[in-house]
Amino acid sequence: MITNNKQNMLIWIGLAISAVVPLLLPNYITVLTYIWVMIILALTWDMLGGQTGYTSFGNILFFGVGMYVSAVVQRDMFSSGLDRFERVSEIVVNLNASEYFVSLAVGTLAGAIVAVILAVILGSGILGMRGHYFAICTLGLGHAAAEIASGIDYIGAGSGMVTPIYPGELALSKEAFYYYAFMLFAIVTFFLFRKIYQSQFGLALNAIRDNENKAESMGIHTTQYKIAGWSIAAFFLAIAGAGVGNVIGFIDPVEIAFSGPTFGVWMIVMAILGGKGTIWGPVLGAVILYSAKETFWTYLLGWDKVALGLLIVIIVVYFPKGVLGYFKERKQLSNSILSQKGEG
Amino acid sequence: MDQLNVKSVDKAYGGVIANHDVSLTVPEGKIVGIIGPNGSGKTTLFNSIVGHHPIDSGEIHFNGKEISSLTIPQIARLGMLRTFQQTHIYGKMTCVQNMQISSDIDANWKRIFNPFSKEVDEMVDELLAFVGLYKKRFLLAGDLSFGQQKLLEFAMALMKKPTILLLDEPTAGVNPTLINGLIDRLRQVNEEKGITLLVIEHNMRVIMNLAEHIYCLANGTMLADGKPDDIQNDQRVIDAYLGN
Ligand SMILES: Nc1ncnc2c1ncn2[C@@H]1O[C@H](COP(=O)(O)OP(=O)(O)O)[C@@H](O)[C@H]1O
Ligand SMILES: [Mg+2]
Repeated sequence: MITNNKQNMLIWIGLAISAVVPLLLPNYITVLTYIWVMIILALTWDMLGGQTGYTSFGNILFFGVGMYVSAVVQRDMFSSGLDRFERVSEIVVNLNASEYFVSLAVGTLAGAIVAVILAVILGSGILGMRGHYFAICTLGLGHAAAEIASGIDYIGAGSGMVTPIYPGELALSKEAFYYYAFMLFAIVTFFLFRKIYQSQFGLALNAIRDNENKAESMGIHTTQYKIAGWSIAAFFLAIAGAGVGNVIGFIDPVEIAFSGPTFGVWMIVMAILGGKGTIWGPVLGAVILYSAKETFWTYLLGWDKVALGLLIVIIVVYFPKGVLGYFKERKQLSNSILSQKGEG
Repeated sequence: MDQLNVKSVDKAYGGVIANHDVSLTVPEGKIVGIIGPNGSGKTTLFNSIVGHHPIDSGEIHFNGKEISSLTIPQIARLGMLRTFQQTHIYGKMTCVQNMQISSDIDANWKRIFNPFSKEVDEMVDELLAFVGLYKKRFLLAGDLSFGQQKLLEFAMALMKKPTILLLDEPTAGVNPTLINGLIDRLRQVNEEKGITLLVIEHNMRVIMNLAEHIYCLANGTMLADGKPDDIQNDQRVIDAYLGN
């Protein structure tokens, strides 16, 4: 087993490289930003999906809620209120630097809190259900949220919203700011989640995954742990959503905020691809899948979705336990062969 | 004092009457046995007691408190734990982790995001040694033999410091060479830790040896109860086991 210390050293080397890469490859800075976003998406999905084995198809809900709540706070916090005759989707707010960052921080936090409240309420309703029933219940969440958002004029209804313009007077470009912000946030998420998985709480999640009946019969309030796990995921995912809304600069309820077919599916595939139920699996899966997606998009114009679909099929068929699981098994196999030779 | 008191409990699964008018009492600190042919409703009775399913009628008192409407975790937290006929362990976790998570994690929930305390880890080592699994402590529980899993499950229950343990056929499927050791440990737990035991057992030799009082179920109803010798010689019990 690789110790935390060894892992940490590798991490710091990786981070040193990550910190200078955008300076060397300025054209790729947005793509690189998205890799950090994807790592957060995969890590948060895995909290419930991997650690407790409860597959959620609805986590995109928290992503979109964080995005919208933050955008509304950013829009309204320092402006004098909406002009009733203006079309909401066209309102562009100009803020000075301090207003921009204060409203961004407040908005992000507000989005995260609303997402947690939603996770607790929804979780109390459906996390009492076992495995597949829960999964089925989450299927419509993203779609329902998109429908609802499309009907609310205050947030631009079906036409969506525009996030405030990044203040021009700063030395740090918008792209660089969000790159480093997401890099920092992904690191914080990674270390916090690792600490959680090595704690009593993390082991309770794994106990639910391995044998929920047993966990219950041993007095563990399994539903409460599942709700807590989902809420933690919602908190971090909503923060990512708030950031992505600002990176794109425009929020569409169906195509961006509650986009099941893109972000919603990717977070699941990335975690499974890398190896769900591990801390490194989602990180690895995010890097591989997003790099593959960008490569396909660049070189296979028009066929990129087909190629991505093919990749997903290959993963499911040949790497059902993810890349990490695959290598772990290979290693165990070679270990047992070696030990047999040693005995002979 | 009677620690557990089951009063005319009924439980049916659809048309199948699994328990009918079943009563029993378990005095504190004693070892009580339940025997009966396969399908006579023994496991169902355990499930009713620990809150696995609602009962159709009757009452269940634990330390004088009516518990038949409580949930499994609530009853477990009152100090009553059960083990399963088919082993229930956390297969993808090591023996140590199985034991750690069986400690009372909710008791100090403020430390829930910390690793396990030193006291817990010491208790884990001690109990794993007690059941003879110390050397296997870093193996995945799912890789243990069936008998070893039963020992692990027993040790896990002890982590919770229960006041009463309900054991569902603890020796079934266990290698005969391990059975005597297991019985010794059950008795030791009862004598040294004062834990009351209610044991379902198929193996007559085992239960006659272990229990001070035995109940016999047949076809979902309580057929007889008494001291081991009386039960052994009871014609109704003999018929239930040998007859149709
Ligand atoms: N979950 C269940 N659903 C339907 N029938 C059940 C269930 N559990 C047990 N039974 C039935 O109840 C009866 C008693 O079973 P059980 O309590 O497991 O017996 P024992 O433990 O004495 O072998 C049997 O006829 C069994 O088929
Ligand atoms: Mg049974």
